[in-house]
Amino acid sequence: MYAQMVDTGANKLRALEDMGPEERAFQERVDADVKIEPKDWMPEAYRKTLIRQISQHAHSEIVGMLPEGNWITRAPSLKRKAILMAKVQDEAGHGLYLYAAAETLGVSRDQLVADLHAGKAKYSSIFNYPTLTWADIGAIGWLVDGAAIMNQIPLCRCSFGPYSRAMIRVCKEESFHQRQGFDIMMTLCRGSAEQKAMAQDALNRWWWPSLMMFGPPDADSVHSAQSAQWKIKILSNDELRQRFVDQTVPQADYLGITMPDPELKWNAERGHYDFGPIDWDELYNVVKGNGPCNRDRLQTRVKAWEEGAWVREAALAYAEKRAARAQKAA
Amino acid sequence: MERSEWPLWEIFIRSQHGLAHKHVGSLHAPDPEMAIKNARDVYTRRNEGVSIWAVRSADVTATAPGEKGPLFEPANSKIYRHPTFFPMPDEVKHI
Repeated sequence: MYAQMVDTGANKLRALEDMGPEERAFQERVDADVKIEPKDWMPEAYRKTLIRQISQHAHSEIVGMLPEGNWITRAPSLKRKAILMAKVQDEAGHGLYLYAAAETLGVSRDQLVADLHAGKAKYSSIFNYPTLTWADIGAIGWLVDGAAIMNQIPLCRCSFGPYSRAMIRVCKEESFHQRQGFDIMMTLCRGSAEQKAMAQDALNRWWWPSLMMFGPPDADSVHSAQSAQWKIKILSNDELRQRFVDQTVPQADYLGITMPDPELKWNAERGHYDFGPIDWDELYNVVKGNGPCNRDRLQTRVKAWEEGAWVREAALAYAEKRAARAQKAA
Repeated sequence: MERSEWPLWEIFIRSQHGLAHKHVGSLHAPDPEMAIKNARDVYTRRNEGVSIWAVRSADVTATAPGEKGPLFEPANSKIYRHPTFFPMPDEVKHI
Protein backbone atom coordinates (compact mmCIF):
# COMPACT_ATOMS: atom_id res chain seq x y z
CA MET A 1 0.00 0.00 0.00
CA TYR A 2 1.64 2.26 0.42
CA ALA A 3 0.65 5.15 -1.69
CA GLN A 4 -1.27 7.72 0.33
CA MET A 5 -2.73 11.03 -0.79
CA VAL A 6 -1.27 10.91 -4.30
CA ASP A 7 -1.69 14.27 -6.07
CA THR A 8 -3.37 13.93 -9.48
CA GLY A 9 -3.07 17.61 -10.38
CA ALA A 10 -6.81 17.60 -11.15
CA ASN A 11 -9.60 19.09 -9.06
CA LYS A 12 -12.58 18.02 -11.10
CA LEU A 13 -13.45 15.23 -13.46
CA ARG A 14 -13.84 15.84 -17.16
CA ALA A 15 -16.63 14.21 -19.13
CA LEU A 16 -15.81 12.33 -22.34
CA GLU A 17 -17.31 15.11 -24.47
CA ASP A 18 -14.94 17.68 -22.92
CA MET A 19 -11.89 15.68 -23.93
CA GLY A 20 -9.84 15.95 -27.09
CA PRO A 21 -9.87 12.93 -29.47
CA GLU A 22 -6.69 11.35 -28.04
CA GLU A 23 -7.74 11.69 -24.42
CA ARG A 24 -11.19 10.43 -25.25
CA ALA A 25 -9.79 7.34 -26.98
CA PHE A 26 -7.57 6.82 -23.94
CA GLN A 27 -10.46 7.10 -21.47
CA GLU A 28 -12.60 4.75 -23.56
CA ARG A 29 -9.84 2.14 -23.45
CA VAL A 30 -9.58 2.54 -19.67
CA ASP A 31 -13.38 2.25 -19.34
CA ALA A 32 -13.29 -0.94 -21.44
CA ASP A 33 -10.59 -2.40 -19.13
CA VAL A 34 -7.98 -2.43 -21.87
CA LYS A 35 -4.55 -2.00 -20.28
CA ILE A 36 -2.54 1.11 -21.09
CA GLU A 37 1.05 0.25 -22.04
CA PRO A 38 4.08 2.55 -21.75
CA LYS A 39 4.29 3.54 -25.42
CA ASP A 40 0.56 4.23 -25.76
CA TRP A 41 -0.68 7.80 -25.75
CA MET A 42 -1.68 8.92 -22.24
CA PRO A 43 -2.61 12.26 -20.65
CA GLU A 44 0.41 13.94 -19.11
CA ALA A 45 -1.39 14.14 -15.74
CA TYR A 46 -1.99 10.37 -15.81
CA ARG A 47 1.70 9.76 -16.46
CA LYS A 48 2.79 12.15 -13.70
CA THR A 49 0.30 10.78 -11.19
CA LEU A 50 1.39 7.23 -11.89
CA ILE A 51 5.04 8.16 -11.46
CA ARG A 52 4.14 9.69 -8.09
CA GLN A 53 2.00 6.75 -7.03
CA ILE A 54 4.30 3.94 -8.18
CA SER A 55 7.45 5.61 -6.88
CA GLN A 56 5.80 6.31 -3.53
CA HIS A 57 4.85 2.65 -3.41
CA ALA A 58 8.42 1.61 -4.32
CA HIS A 59 9.95 3.92 -1.71
CA SER A 60 7.61 2.42 0.90
CA GLU A 61 8.84 -1.08 0.12
CA ILE A 62 12.46 0.02 0.51
CA VAL A 63 11.99 2.19 3.62
CA GLY A 64 9.74 -0.57 4.98
CA MET A 65 12.80 -2.81 5.20
CA LEU A 66 14.20 -0.62 8.01
CA PRO A 67 11.78 -1.20 10.90
CA GLU A 68 11.96 -4.96 10.31
CA GLY A 69 15.69 -5.02 9.59
CA ASN A 70 16.01 -3.62 13.11
CA TRP A 71 15.14 -7.09 14.47
CA ILE A 72 17.12 -9.41 12.17
CA THR A 73 20.07 -9.66 14.55
CA ARG A 74 17.77 -10.10 17.54
CA ALA A 75 15.21 -12.56 16.23
CA PRO A 76 14.42 -15.11 18.96
CA SER A 77 15.55 -18.17 16.97
CA LEU A 78 17.51 -19.12 13.87
CA LYS A 79 14.27 -20.12 12.15
CA ARG A 80 12.64 -16.75 12.86
CA LYS A 81 15.80 -14.99 11.72
CA ALA A 82 15.89 -16.85 8.38
CA ILE A 83 12.18 -16.12 7.83
CA LEU A 84 12.59 -12.44 8.65
CA MET A 85 15.56 -12.13 6.30
CA ALA A 86 13.54 -13.74 3.51
CA LYS A 87 10.70 -11.32 4.18
CA VAL A 88 12.95 -8.26 4.17
CA GLN A 89 14.58 -9.52 0.96
CA ASP A 90 11.12 -9.79 -0.59
CA GLU A 91 10.48 -6.14 0.26
CA ALA A 92 13.64 -5.19 -1.62
CA GLY A 93 12.37 -7.24 -4.56
CA HIS A 94 8.99 -5.54 -4.42
CA GLY A 95 10.69 -2.15 -4.45
CA LEU A 96 12.65 -3.18 -7.54
CA TYR A 97 9.58 -4.44 -9.44
CA LEU A 98 7.90 -1.13 -8.72
CA TYR A 99 10.86 1.09 -9.65
CA ALA A 100 11.06 -0.84 -12.94
CA ALA A 101 7.34 -0.24 -13.54
CA ALA A 102 7.82 3.50 -12.86
CA GLU A 103 10.79 3.63 -15.23
CA THR A 104 8.62 2.53 -18.14
CA LEU A 105 6.99 5.97 -17.82
CA GLY A 106 10.24 7.68 -18.77
CA VAL A 107 11.80 8.53 -15.43
CA SER A 108 15.06 7.07 -14.11
CA ARG A 109 15.32 5.13 -10.87
CA ASP A 110 18.21 7.32 -9.72
CA GLN A 111 16.01 10.38 -10.15
CA LEU A 112 13.22 8.77 -8.11
CA VAL A 113 15.65 7.85 -5.35
CA ALA A 114 17.12 11.37 -5.42
CA ASP A 115 13.59 12.78 -4.97
CA LEU A 116 13.05 10.54 -1.95
CA HIS A 117 16.34 11.57 -0.41
CA ALA A 118 15.61 15.26 -1.01
CA GLY A 119 12.30 14.88 0.82
CA LYS A 120 10.34 15.62 -2.40
CA ALA A 121 8.82 12.14 -2.65
CA LYS A 122 6.86 10.42 0.08
CA TYR A 123 6.56 6.89 1.43
CA SER A 124 3.85 5.36 3.58
CA SER A 125 3.33 6.97 6.98
CA ILE A 126 3.36 3.57 8.68
CA PHE A 127 7.12 3.13 8.42
CA ASN A 128 7.75 6.15 10.60
CA TYR A 129 6.81 4.21 13.72
CA PRO A 130 9.46 2.36 15.74
CA THR A 131 9.67 -1.42 16.25
CA LEU A 132 10.18 -1.55 20.01
CA THR A 133 9.78 -5.28 20.70
CA TRP A 134 9.83 -8.59 18.82
CA ALA A 135 6.03 -8.59 18.93
CA ASP A 136 6.12 -5.55 16.62
CA ILE A 137 7.50 -7.81 13.89
CA GLY A 138 4.45 -10.01 14.33
CA ALA A 139 2.09 -7.01 14.36
CA ILE A 140 3.66 -5.55 11.21
CA GLY A 141 3.29 -8.77 9.24
CA TRP A 142 -0.24 -9.35 10.46
CA LEU A 143 -1.59 -5.77 10.28
CA VAL A 144 0.65 -3.72 7.99
CA ASP A 145 1.10 -6.43 5.36
CA GLY A 146 -2.57 -7.34 5.82
CA ALA A 147 -3.54 -3.74 5.03
CA ALA A 148 -1.13 -3.72 2.11
CA ILE A 149 -2.68 -6.85 0.61
CA MET A 150 -6.14 -5.32 0.99
CA ASN A 151 -4.98 -2.35 -1.07
CA GLN A 152 -2.84 -4.21 -3.59
CA ILE A 153 -5.24 -6.93 -4.68
CA PRO A 154 -7.59 -4.46 -6.41
CA LEU A 155 -4.54 -2.73 -7.93
CA CYS A 156 -3.75 -5.94 -9.84
CA ARG A 157 -6.66 -4.78 -12.06
CA CYS A 158 -5.41 -1.20 -12.48
CA SER A 159 -5.28 0.38 -15.93
CA PHE A 160 -1.50 0.63 -16.37
CA GLY A 161 -0.02 -2.66 -17.60
CA PRO A 162 3.42 -2.56 -15.92
CA TYR A 163 1.93 -1.49 -12.55
CA SER A 164 -0.72 -4.17 -12.74
CA ARG A 165 1.87 -6.86 -13.53
CA ALA A 166 4.12 -5.70 -10.68
CA MET A 167 1.14 -5.86 -8.28
CA ILE A 168 0.34 -9.41 -9.38
CA ARG A 169 3.90 -10.49 -8.55
CA VAL A 170 3.85 -8.64 -5.23
CA CYS A 171 0.49 -10.09 -4.17
CA LYS A 172 1.67 -13.64 -4.86
CA GLU A 173 4.48 -13.11 -2.35
CA GLU A 174 2.73 -10.94 0.20
CA SER A 175 0.55 -13.63 1.71
CA PHE A 176 3.63 -15.27 3.24
CA HIS A 177 4.39 -11.97 4.96
CA GLN A 178 1.00 -11.71 6.59
CA ARG A 179 0.96 -15.33 7.70
CA GLN A 180 4.45 -15.23 9.22
CA GLY A 181 3.30 -12.18 11.20
CA PHE A 182 0.18 -13.90 12.44
CA ASP A 183 2.28 -16.95 13.30
CA ILE A 184 4.52 -14.79 15.51
CA MET A 185 1.45 -13.29 17.21
CA MET A 186 -0.06 -16.74 17.71
CA THR A 187 3.13 -18.05 19.30
CA LEU A 188 3.30 -15.08 21.67
CA CYS A 189 -0.39 -15.34 22.58
CA ARG A 190 0.00 -19.01 23.42
CA GLY A 191 3.12 -18.30 25.50
CA SER A 192 3.62 -16.83 28.96
CA ALA A 193 1.55 -13.97 30.37
CA GLU A 194 4.46 -11.60 29.60
CA GLN A 195 4.59 -12.79 25.99
CA LYS A 196 0.88 -12.30 25.55
CA ALA A 197 1.17 -8.82 27.07
CA MET A 198 3.86 -8.04 24.49
CA ALA A 199 1.50 -9.07 21.69
CA GLN A 200 -1.27 -6.89 23.14
CA ASP A 201 1.10 -3.95 23.50
CA ALA A 202 2.19 -4.27 19.86
CA LEU A 203 -1.44 -4.39 18.72
CA ASN A 204 -2.18 -1.29 20.82
CA ARG A 205 0.56 0.66 19.11
CA TRP A 206 0.07 -0.58 15.49
CA TRP A 207 -3.72 -0.70 15.20
CA TRP A 208 -4.50 2.98 14.59
CA PRO A 209 -1.47 3.66 12.35
CA SER A 210 -2.54 0.60 10.30
CA LEU A 211 -6.01 2.08 9.77
CA MET A 212 -4.39 5.37 8.73
CA MET A 213 -2.48 3.54 5.99
CA PHE A 214 -5.63 3.61 3.86
CA GLY A 215 -5.43 7.40 3.71
CA PRO A 216 -7.82 10.19 4.70
CA PRO A 217 -11.61 9.65 4.77
CA ASP A 218 -13.26 9.68 1.35
CA ALA A 219 -14.83 13.09 2.05
CA ASP A 220 -11.35 14.63 2.40
CA SER A 221 -9.68 12.63 -0.32
CA VAL A 222 -9.53 15.26 -3.06
CA HIS A 223 -7.74 13.24 -5.74
CA SER A 224 -9.63 9.98 -5.42
CA ALA A 225 -12.25 10.75 -8.08
CA GLN A 226 -9.65 11.39 -10.78
CA SER A 227 -7.63 8.32 -9.80
CA ALA A 228 -10.79 6.23 -9.87
CA GLN A 229 -11.70 7.51 -13.36
CA TRP A 230 -8.23 6.51 -14.54
CA LYS A 231 -8.56 3.16 -12.73
CA ILE A 232 -5.36 3.56 -10.82
CA LYS A 233 -7.42 3.47 -7.66
CA ILE A 234 -10.11 0.81 -7.62
CA LEU A 235 -11.73 0.98 -4.17
CA SER A 236 -12.08 4.03 -1.93
CA ASN A 237 -10.05 4.60 1.23
CA ASP A 238 -13.07 4.08 3.51
CA GLU A 239 -14.21 0.92 1.70
CA LEU A 240 -10.77 -0.64 2.03
CA ARG A 241 -10.48 0.42 5.67
CA GLN A 242 -13.86 -1.13 6.53
CA ARG A 243 -12.93 -4.39 4.79
CA PHE A 244 -9.67 -4.47 6.71
CA VAL A 245 -11.40 -3.94 10.07
CA ASP A 246 -14.02 -6.59 9.27
CA GLN A 247 -11.38 -9.12 8.35
CA THR A 248 -8.97 -8.38 11.20
CA VAL A 249 -11.21 -8.17 14.28
CA PRO A 250 -12.13 -11.89 14.24
CA GLN A 251 -8.42 -12.72 13.91
CA ALA A 252 -7.68 -10.69 17.05
CA ASP A 253 -10.55 -12.53 18.77
CA TYR A 254 -8.87 -15.80 17.86
CA LEU A 255 -5.59 -14.57 19.34
CA GLY A 256 -7.41 -13.46 22.50
CA ILE A 257 -6.19 -9.87 22.29
CA THR A 258 -8.27 -6.74 21.78
CA MET A 259 -8.15 -3.69 19.53
CA PRO A 260 -7.42 -0.45 21.47
CA ASP A 261 -10.82 0.93 20.50
CA PRO A 262 -13.66 1.02 23.06
CA GLU A 263 -16.16 1.93 20.32
CA LEU A 264 -15.40 -1.11 18.20
CA LYS A 265 -18.45 -3.34 17.90
CA TRP A 266 -20.36 -5.47 15.41
CA ASN A 267 -23.20 -3.67 13.69
CA ALA A 268 -25.64 -6.38 12.58
CA GLU A 269 -27.70 -3.90 10.60
CA ARG A 270 -24.77 -2.75 8.47
CA GLY A 271 -23.12 -6.16 8.47
CA HIS A 272 -19.86 -4.45 9.42
CA TYR A 273 -17.89 -3.50 12.50
CA ASP A 274 -18.33 0.09 13.69
CA PHE A 275 -15.14 1.66 14.94
CA GLY A 276 -14.13 4.82 16.77
CA PRO A 277 -12.85 8.07 15.24
CA ILE A 278 -9.34 8.11 13.80
CA ASP A 279 -6.93 10.86 14.86
CA TRP A 280 -6.31 12.35 11.41
CA ASP A 281 -4.06 15.06 12.84
CA GLU A 282 -1.64 12.28 13.69
CA LEU A 283 -1.61 11.04 10.07
CA TYR A 284 -1.13 14.53 8.61
CA ASN A 285 1.60 15.20 11.13
CA VAL A 286 3.49 12.01 10.23
CA VAL A 287 3.06 12.66 6.49
CA LYS A 288 4.48 16.15 7.04
CA GLY A 289 7.62 14.60 8.47
CA ASN A 290 6.98 14.79 12.20
CA GLY A 291 6.42 11.10 13.02
CA PRO A 292 8.59 9.36 15.61
CA CYS A 293 11.11 8.04 13.04
CA ASN A 294 10.86 10.19 9.87
CA ARG A 295 14.28 11.80 10.21
CA ASP A 296 15.96 8.58 11.21
CA ARG A 297 14.49 6.62 8.27
CA LEU A 298 15.56 9.15 5.68
CA GLN A 299 19.02 9.56 7.19
CA THR A 300 19.52 5.79 7.09
CA ARG A 301 18.48 5.62 3.41
CA VAL A 302 20.74 8.52 2.41
CA LYS A 303 23.68 7.03 4.32
CA ALA A 304 23.21 3.63 2.64
CA TRP A 305 23.02 5.30 -0.78
CA GLU A 306 26.12 7.41 -0.22
CA GLU A 307 28.18 4.64 1.29
CA GLY A 308 27.27 2.34 -1.60
CA ALA A 309 28.30 4.86 -4.26
CA TRP A 310 31.82 3.48 -4.62
CA VAL A 311 30.47 -0.03 -5.24
CA ARG A 312 28.13 1.17 -7.98
CA GLU A 313 30.90 3.19 -9.60
CA ALA A 314 33.49 0.41 -9.34
CA ALA A 315 31.13 -2.14 -10.90
CA LEU A 316 30.47 0.19 -13.81
CA ALA A 317 34.17 1.03 -14.28
CA TYR A 318 35.00 -2.69 -14.28
CA ALA A 319 32.30 -3.42 -16.88
CA GLU A 320 33.57 -0.57 -19.08
CA LYS A 321 37.17 -1.71 -18.77
CA ARG A 322 36.32 -5.26 -19.78
CA ALA A 323 34.16 -4.07 -22.69
CA ALA A 324 37.02 -1.88 -23.94
CA ARG A 325 39.46 -4.80 -23.64
CA ALA A 326 37.13 -7.12 -25.55
CA GLN A 327 36.79 -4.52 -28.29
CA LYS A 328 40.58 -4.16 -28.58
CA ALA A 329 41.07 -7.92 -28.83
CA ALA A 330 38.47 -8.19 -31.59
CA MET B 1 25.44 12.41 -8.07
CA GLU B 2 26.63 9.27 -9.86
CA ARG B 3 28.71 9.34 -13.03
CA SER B 4 25.93 7.45 -14.72
CA GLU B 5 23.29 4.85 -14.06
CA TRP B 6 23.71 1.13 -14.60
CA PRO B 7 22.09 0.04 -17.86
CA LEU B 8 18.64 -1.54 -17.90
CA TRP B 9 18.15 -5.25 -18.75
CA GLU B 10 15.04 -7.20 -19.65
CA ILE B 11 14.80 -10.53 -17.86
CA PHE B 12 13.29 -13.72 -19.28
CA ILE B 13 12.75 -16.86 -17.19
CA ARG B 14 12.02 -20.42 -18.27
CA SER B 15 10.05 -22.36 -15.69
CA GLN B 16 10.63 -26.04 -15.13
CA HIS B 17 7.49 -27.11 -16.98
CA GLY B 18 8.95 -26.98 -20.46
CA LEU B 19 7.46 -23.64 -21.48
CA ALA B 20 9.41 -21.01 -23.40
CA HIS B 21 11.33 -18.22 -21.65
CA LYS B 22 8.87 -15.56 -20.56
CA HIS B 23 9.48 -11.89 -19.90
CA VAL B 24 9.22 -11.23 -16.15
CA GLY B 25 10.46 -7.67 -15.76
CA SER B 26 13.58 -5.57 -15.87
CA LEU B 27 16.47 -4.53 -13.66
CA HIS B 28 19.67 -2.48 -13.61
CA ALA B 29 23.10 -4.11 -13.75
CA PRO B 30 26.57 -3.00 -14.87
CA ASP B 31 27.33 -6.09 -16.98
CA PRO B 32 25.84 -9.41 -18.19
CA GLU B 33 27.08 -11.47 -15.22
CA MET B 34 25.64 -9.07 -12.69
CA ALA B 35 22.39 -8.93 -14.65
CA ILE B 36 22.07 -12.71 -14.28
CA LYS B 37 23.00 -12.62 -10.58
CA ASN B 38 20.52 -9.82 -9.85
CA ALA B 39 17.84 -11.57 -11.89
CA ARG B 40 18.29 -14.69 -9.78
CA ASP B 41 17.74 -12.68 -6.59
CA VAL B 42 14.92 -10.49 -7.90
CA TYR B 43 12.93 -12.91 -10.05
CA THR B 44 13.57 -16.49 -8.86
CA ARG B 45 13.26 -16.41 -5.07
CA ARG B 46 10.54 -19.07 -5.17
CA ASN B 47 11.75 -21.62 -7.71
CA GLU B 48 10.18 -19.70 -10.58
CA GLY B 49 12.74 -20.86 -13.07
CA VAL B 50 15.55 -23.10 -14.24
CA SER B 51 16.99 -20.78 -16.87
CA ILE B 52 17.48 -17.00 -17.19
CA TRP B 53 18.04 -14.80 -20.23
CA ALA B 54 19.17 -11.21 -19.73
CA VAL B 55 18.96 -8.81 -22.68
CA ARG B 56 19.95 -5.17 -22.65
CA SER B 57 16.76 -3.14 -22.96
CA ALA B 58 18.50 -0.89 -25.49
CA ASP B 59 18.93 -3.92 -27.79
CA VAL B 60 15.22 -4.74 -27.95
CA THR B 61 13.44 -3.75 -31.16
CA ALA B 62 9.72 -3.31 -30.59
CA THR B 63 6.66 -2.47 -32.66
CA ALA B 64 5.17 0.96 -32.11
CA PRO B 65 1.53 1.30 -30.94
CA GLY B 66 0.79 3.25 -34.15
CA GLU B 67 1.75 0.26 -36.31
CA LYS B 68 -0.86 -1.94 -34.70
CA GLY B 69 -3.36 -1.56 -37.55
CA PRO B 70 -1.14 -2.25 -40.57
CA LEU B 71 0.72 -5.05 -38.77
CA PHE B 72 -2.02 -7.02 -37.12
CA GLU B 73 -5.30 -6.22 -38.81
CA PRO B 74 -4.61 -8.24 -41.99
CA ALA B 75 -4.89 -11.41 -39.88
CA ASN B 76 -8.47 -10.53 -38.90
CA SER B 77 -9.90 -11.27 -42.35
CA LYS B 78 -8.13 -14.61 -42.72
CA ILE B 79 -10.40 -16.67 -40.56
CA TYR B 80 -9.75 -19.74 -42.75
CA ARG B 81 -6.45 -20.02 -40.87
CA HIS B 82 -8.44 -21.38 -37.93
CA PRO B 83 -9.54 -25.03 -38.04
CA THR B 84 -13.05 -24.12 -36.89
CA PHE B 85 -13.59 -22.40 -40.28
CA PHE B 86 -14.18 -25.83 -41.84
CA PRO B 87 -17.33 -27.53 -40.58
CA MET B 88 -16.92 -31.30 -40.37
CA PRO B 89 -19.78 -33.78 -40.60
CA ASP B 90 -20.51 -35.55 -37.31
CA GLU B 91 -19.93 -38.96 -38.90
CA VAL B 92 -16.34 -38.11 -39.76
CA LYS B 93 -14.12 -38.96 -36.80
CA HIS B 94 -10.55 -38.19 -35.76
CA ILE B 95 -10.19 -34.96 -37.72
